[in-house]
Amino acid sequence: MSDHLVQRVASATPPKLARRIRGVSDRTIAWLFVTPTIFLLLAVNIFPLIWTIRLSLTNFRTNRPNNPVEFVGFDNYRKILTNPDTWASLQATAHFLIWTIVLQVVIGFTLAYLINKKFRGNDLWTTLIVLPMMLSPAVVGNFWTFLYQPQIGLFNYFIEFISGVDPASFSMIGDVSLAPWTIVLVDTWMWTPFVMLICLAGLRSIPPSIYEAAECDRASKWRQFWTITLPMALPFLMLAVLFRGIENFKMFDLVVQLTGGGPGATTLLTSIDLKREAFEKWRTGFASAYAVILFVTVFGLASIYVKALNKVKDR
Amino acid sequence: MLTRAFLAAVVALGFSAGAAQAKDLTLCWAAWDPANALVELSKEYEAQSGNKMHFEFVPWTSFADRMLNELNSGGKLCDLMIGDSQWIGGAAENGQYIKLNDFFDANKIKMDDFIPATVVGYSEWPKNTPNYWALPAFGDVVGWTYRKDWFARPELKTEFKAKYGHDLAVPATFDELKQIAEFFQNRDIDGKKVYGASIYTERGSEGITMGVMDVLYSYGFKYENPDKPYDMEGFVNSANAVKGLEFYKSLYDCCVPPGSSNGYMTEGVDAFKSGQVAMQMNFAFTWPGFNTDANVGGDRTGYFANPAGPNGEKFAQLGGQGISVVAASDKQDAALSYIKWFAQPSVQAKWWKLGGYSALRAVVEDPGFATSQPYAQTFLDSMAIVKDFWAEPSYATLLQSSQKWFHDYVVAGNGTAKQALDGLVADWHATFEEDGKY
Repeated sequence: MSDHLVQRVASATPPKLARRIRGVSDRTIAWLFVTPTIFLLLAVNIFPLIWTIRLSLTNFRTNRPNNPVEFVGFDNYRKILTNPDTWASLQATAHFLIWTIVLQVVIGFTLAYLINKKFRGNDLWTTLIVLPMMLSPAVVGNFWTFLYQPQIGLFNYFIEFISGVDPASFSMIGDVSLAPWTIVLVDTWMWTPFVMLICLAGLRSIPPSIYEAAECDRASKWRQFWTITLPMALPFLMLAVLFRGIENFKMFDLVVQLTGGGPGATTLLTSIDLKREAFEKWRTGFASAYAVILFVTVFGLASIYVKALNKVKDR
Repeated sequence: MLTRAFLAAVVALGFSAGAAQAKDLTLCWAAWDPANALVELSKEYEAQSGNKMHFEFVPWTSFADRMLNELNSGGKLCDLMIGDSQWIGGAAENGQYIKLNDFFDANKIKMDDFIPATVVGYSEWPKNTPNYWALPAFGDVVGWTYRKDWFARPELKTEFKAKYGHDLAVPATFDELKQIAEFFQNRDIDGKKVYGASIYTERGSEGITMGVMDVLYSYGFKYENPDKPYDMEGFVNSANAVKGLEFYKSLYDCCVPPGSSNGYMTEGVDAFKSGQVAMQMNFAFTWPGFNTDANVGGDRTGYFANPAGPNGEKFAQLGGQGISVVAASDKQDAALSYIKWFAQPSVQAKWWKLGGYSALRAVVEDPGFATSQPYAQTFLDSMAIVKDFWAEPSYATLLQSSQKWFHDYVVAGNGTAKQALDGLVADWHATFEEDGKY
């Protein structure tokens, strides 16, 4: 800010207010600005977390206000960790998480690499590719439910077209072995554009001069990719993995709409399981323990990952 | 002049007093055809009482989530609630509905005037005791619809008789029902491939449980030992119950349209109206819609109550709801006045005419009732054989267990029927143990 501008602001400040803030230190002013944010953070993040931990040690049920609330120690945690259904649900979540991340990163990066080349219609293609991620997950779930319908769905007819299999002979969302892949496929369709955009930002941040230098050194395109493009885009790729990992760990609406957690419990992700415990069975204490376990898991994994990300960035 | 001013003041006072008494009442229910009929019916109440009715209707898929959340949080959105029959236990024990005994006595509303099964199912907690928390509002039950016009085709009748040795007609037993379903499965009718039956398979809420139970009861399934409450071993997983569950799976495996792995009421309606299936399992509330439908309406559709199991037993899954006054409401007196109005025989008769299933005996036992609609007799037959799911405060946990085990066996094909029912007994036992029932 120029001195002239400072003088203008000072002269425009009402004398009363100027008198009032005169003598207040920078530190105090900083606290004045930060305090509301801290209170907000405490109110919406820290307090609910502490309250959840407290509830997780009790048998409290929201729908039984008249029942005495008893302290049960770590009993809820023991029940969760020894329950085979919980482990099955974690397994389903891991399957979903790993495959969506692998597919989205590979396809997203490939698309970004191709889009990054200068060609006619580049912007149009980018817009078309990002369209799926602009839709609501519930709408996408509903839309794909129809696509997967054996009788009227285009997906089964596409499979028939390339393989000759009768479209009415298999149901993507009704088959135990296919259903976990149906949700992977839809999520990949919807969120690969997001990964692509992050990768595109990464690729466009690489200065052209580096490639020019590599050209002068007669480095092949393949070598340029392995030694320049991939290492320099890696922090962006890792960021995309972090975002998608966190998002997909809490995936709910899309899967509920597509399969309802079935067939059986093959697509019963932890978020759906947790919601049922908390808001259908109303086992609040139990669900709180479940939430704490998931929180610790995600927090732990994310912390390790962010450390690795920082290392890559600082390289 | 003075007299005129005095009169004007009296009239103004009268109006203001009337305005002060008028209440805005909100009635909460599911978003479906009967709810629209109730809006129409309630206009009469508004005109009589001066109270204004508002309606909060939520789609069935999120009805329980939304409304139980409202009740559990002590919300004041709903003054009147038409809640599911399974909610009664929890709502009564947790003080979410007001008890109606004194109100019924004071207004001479007798529970004997209603279909007994609906009183037990929708109003009583504990069951079979004279403690009333709701007035039976909408009688409903799972039954079947069938393509009467297909059943009447001479060539199909001949072929069926030659194959099975008896007439192609409304099935008397579940075995016959399966024969008919097999007969129609993948058959070409009027150039279109059709299928045997649409049954409940939905995983997320209560669908497959309502479907499986509808069959299990008639095969001999019992929730508990009649002499020892909450003793389920040998009753829930009896040999006959195992056969019933195996039957349901066999029906799913042989005779449903492709892709029917997660279907409930809406999917059943769609399958039947679009002419895909010969028979369809669904709650009775869907029947008026079929009756007037352009594709399957009129004589093209017939209705029948649940057929008998292998030992001749015949039961059906109860649906439907009672109307209750929400304890958190500040307008309980006005809400009670709505129930008083709704309980009148003339209003109940009009309710039936508009498409609502009245549970008042004066309506359903009227000599003209059985012939008033093509499905009226089937409704009566079905209501006479109903059984309901647990109405315990933990019903949601019990329901989630049955959803999991039934879907895992019937749709996903995991394990055996015996394993599924044994697992169900173990889960239900654990739930009741947590509730301190043992």
